[in-house]
Amino acid sequence: MAVVTLTIDGVAIAAEANASILQAARSAGIAIPTLCHLEGVSDVGGCRLCVVEVAGINKLLPACVTQVAEGMAVQTNTPTLQSYRRTLVELLFAEGNHVCSVCVANNHCELQDMATTVGMDHSHFAYQFPKRDVDVSHEKFGLDRNRCIYCTRCIRVCDEIEGARVWDIAFRGERVKLIAGLDQSWGDVEACTSCGKCVDACPTGALFKKGSTVAEMTRDRDRLQFLQSAREEHQWTR
Amino acid sequence: MDTLTNPAPGAVVETEGADRPKKLRFATVWLGGCSGCHMSFLDLDEWLFELAKYAEVVFSPVGSDAKIFPDQVDICLAEGAVANEENLEFIQKVRSRSKLLISFGDCAVNGNVTAMRNPSATVEEILDRCYLELADLSPQYPREPGIVPPLIKQALPVHQVVPVDVFLPGCPPSAAQIQSALESLFTGEAQTAKLKFG
Repeated sequence: MAVVTLTIDGVAIAAEANASILQAARSAGIAIPTLCHLEGVSDVGGCRLCVVEVAGINKLLPACVTQVAEGMAVQTNTPTLQSYRRTLVELLFAEGNHVCSVCVANNHCELQDMATTVGMDHSHFAYQFPKRDVDVSHEKFGLDRNRCIYCTRCIRVCDEIEGARVWDIAFRGERVKLIAGLDQSWGDVEACTSCGKCVDACPTGALFKKGSTVAEMTRDRDRLQFLQSAREEHQWTR
Repeated sequence: MDTLTNPAPGAVVETEGADRPKKLRFATVWLGGCSGCHMSFLDLDEWLFELAKYAEVVFSPVGSDAKIFPDQVDICLAEGAVANEENLEFIQKVRSRSKLLISFGDCAVNGNVTAMRNPSATVEEILDRCYLELADLSPQYPREPGIVPPLIKQALPVHQVVPVDVFLPGCPPSAAQIQSALESLFTGEAQTAKLKFG
């Protein structure tokens, strides 16, 4: 495997030539915040929280889908990036109906944690209070669209690991919506195997196990990465 | 309420020794919230004595008998969202009489539970649901003009109504977070407790 050398935040790092900036940074112990990235499935560069500055390039690049290159000089945590990241998280909070205090995922939520990480104490944007629905037609799980941030982790995990492709995104702009099947009730979608991988993948409380109450929901994130390494590297135990 | 009289503003301030700094005039107000933030404030326990070294409580549902929000308040904690016409009028008065206004807890910061009525329903639908459909006995609207304030169209975070200086999220903010925020204001040192929603 070819190896390239680059610097991230001034630290010289050697990385595999086909690695992403995010992989290179994390392997060197440099944390870059992410929401749509999930170990074990492909990256889409959707949430933009992982944007970084690369010397000589006049725009910000998402670290999860940007390949490393020889001599690249990357900055991951400049004041500009910090301010953009906080703005992104504020937009997510203003766009949906995120009521942490009554959410199943309270204290186990990546969005809630991200607000703390980026130092958000309120949203500068007017809260939209959109009208969104809840789908509890599935026997074991529920979907509360008020809490969805369209990271598409559920879509990718269902497509790439389970192979069922139950989920998709429909409509655009403020009408965008996570749909099951062909915009059906989740419980009516025969393709769903009820495996629960989407629930394990969800960063917020949007997908939840029925019967969990406030702050009760924990997830098995490692399960997804384990399944992928079992498949690709034949590591059958964890 | 306006017929009640307060002790003259300023009269209650202790006489300060020349070497001691003047105490800050401190207030807390309760808008559309559950009072949980105020309960958390009382959870400051013995640190309330420390608070009393820096500040004098001139208005508070849990720390003062004053009925009228006084003038020249230095620091005011505001719990709750702006949910009805009384909140709307009151927070404007509070803002105009306070140097530093703190959004105290998630309802004040982002609407939280108080604003859960916003997405799905009009005020009439909410009142129908709560007071007619779900009523066990004698379903009727609470209608006492001049006493029960009408709801406004949407419950709003305080900063969407008046300018806010400091935000202290949490449902409720823990006593440690409240202490840290107030200490940083009293002493000018940086806040140590991490912020957290929910």
